[in-house]
Amino acid sequence: MLNFAGSDISPDCIVGLVGIHPLSLTRDQVQHIALLARLKLEESEFDDVVDKLSRIVDFVDQLQAAPTDGVAPMAHPLDQSQRLRPDVVTEVIDRDAIQANAPAVRDGFYLVPKVLG
Amino acid sequence: MSEDAGALHVLTLTELVRGLREGRFSARELTETLLGRIGALNELLNAFITITEDQAYAEAEAADRARASGNAPLLNGVPIVHKDLFCTRGVLTTCGSRMLGNFVSPYDATVVERLKKAGAVTLAKTNMDEFAMGSSNETSWFGPVTNPWNHDRSPGGSSGGSAAAVAARLVPAATGTDTGGSIRQPAALTGTVGLKPTYGRVSRYGMVAFASSLDQAGVITRSAEDAATLLGVIAGFDERDSTSVDQPVPDYVAELARPLKGVKIGIVRQHFDEGLDSQCAARIREALDVMESEGARLVEIDLPTLALSVPTYYVVAPAECSSNMSRFDGVRFGHRADNPTDLLDLFCRSRGEGFGAEVKRRIMTGTYVLSAGYYDAYYLKAQKVRQLIVKDFRNAFRDVDVIAGPTAPTPAFALGEKTDDPITMYLNDIYTIGANLAGTPAISVPCGFAQNLPVGLHLVGPHFAEDRLLNVAHQYQMLTDWHRACPEGYE
Repeated sequence: MLNFAGSDISPDCIVGLVGIHPLSLTRDQVQHIALLARLKLEESEFDDVVDKLSRIVDFVDQLQAAPTDGVAPMAHPLDQSQRLRPDVVTEVIDRDAIQANAPAVRDGFYLVPKVLG
Repeated sequence: MSEDAGALHVLTLTELVRGLREGRFSARELTETLLGRIGALNELLNAFITITEDQAYAEAEAADRARASGNAPLLNGVPIVHKDLFCTRGVLTTCGSRMLGNFVSPYDATVVERLKKAGAVTLAKTNMDEFAMGSSNETSWFGPVTNPWNHDRSPGGSSGGSAAAVAARLVPAATGTDTGGSIRQPAALTGTVGLKPTYGRVSRYGMVAFASSLDQAGVITRSAEDAATLLGVIAGFDERDSTSVDQPVPDYVAELARPLKGVKIGIVRQHFDEGLDSQCAARIREALDVMESEGARLVEIDLPTLALSVPTYYVVAPAECSSNMSRFDGVRFGHRADNPTDLLDLFCRSRGEGFGAEVKRRIMTGTYVLSAGYYDAYYLKAQKVRQLIVKDFRNAFRDVDVIAGPTAPTPAFALGEKTDDPITMYLNDIYTIGANLAGTPAISVPCGFAQNLPVGLHLVGPHFAEDRLLNVAHQYQMLTDWHRACPEGYE
């Protein structure tokens, strides 16, 4: 990753000079995002992810120029709020049928690696 | 056999309904014909992930019995295929992903349930971009679908398998889902009709979620009339979808006959700016001329925020995606990595292995725009811009009944052509995304050819104006033959 700190050359100049795109996300940032998203990235896919995520972030950055002072953020396409219903049982769940898709179950419980030492 | 069963594939859904009702052929004969075609022609298309042959014959025979006993519902015996993100009880539902490569749904989606109840026979589950994230069908774990008009080209996506299957006359109709154009863009690229209803018009229950404020189920057919028939079956309130809207379902077929005279059609100035292929632009102009000559009034309008719809979408959709995709944890269902060292390793490796590159990019984009310090700058900002986009549409619909324009900027592009640059791929959806952000209904209908490939005319209407959209599309199809064109080798 290029480090522009303390340099007189702006990232734009570097692009002009060497014809590469200054990546807006660092490898460390992408590593952090991947951890937050609980995604293990292989070493072989890392450069591609950093490059493409940077391009996506640059692309959506054009929103910053849109005039939105006093505009309320939209929450629902039809301006509706969530419908409420009485808090009563409506579905009978067949546990065995649902757990048939689970990678590991025993006695109706989902099995995971040991969590507490 | 009372009719040439070998030729049944050329009939539209409306014609099949009539033929079955009149007893000209049986559901069993029809099913056998189409499964035979699928067996012979699908290898090159790769339009299906699962072919439900045994179930199809059982349903067809049940339909024939219902017919014999005088209890045949509307679609009794009509074959259909479902995009593989609709849950189908007892059948593999993969979403085009390794993550759900072994997932057998324990229940039916509402759309599937309603079509079954109406007598439709499910032949197969269609190939799609992984978790509906893609515009070319190339992100599928099961390999890309090819376009029946040219097998080196993409059929579009994400409902590419559904569109290719209908275009190739393997089936009269298919379900699809549309989050940013995933029904309409593949319909345009394959010369089929693709309808995305109003957000909330059709239940999302049993659809694997991608972006919940944008996702909507719809259909791909060969005519607007067929789409009207199917929408009448799948639309309507469902208490199992918390965003389902409780509004009466009109008789869409009855509305088709209204004349075009006096209909006000909005033409968006920005649609014809740079970026639109010149031949596609010419086909759209010709389609507008046809409608004008029948008495429709063309009105020029502006959608000033059009250019912002794609970046807005690529904040909102990945944000909702990252949240929805968190359910895939390698614990309750889906892919699980071997020999996890601890719980974190189980989560990270199961997801890292189970998801493909585009899905990972969208999850990570969403995680980034929702993360501390960036939420206001990206997510909140995008939701504000979305409000501006909705306002643009609302203003436009004060002056016009429908908005018309291109569905996609180019005809079908080559497989592999846009996979290196996500932004180029995302810009495919520039004309379709607005309808998802605003929740409005929209339809794509074939309107001619560019470079020997189909071009789609895009019509957008105000909320719940599917009747008017289908009516305008049908009237256009009464005047033109583009929707009857069939790719070579599939006649």
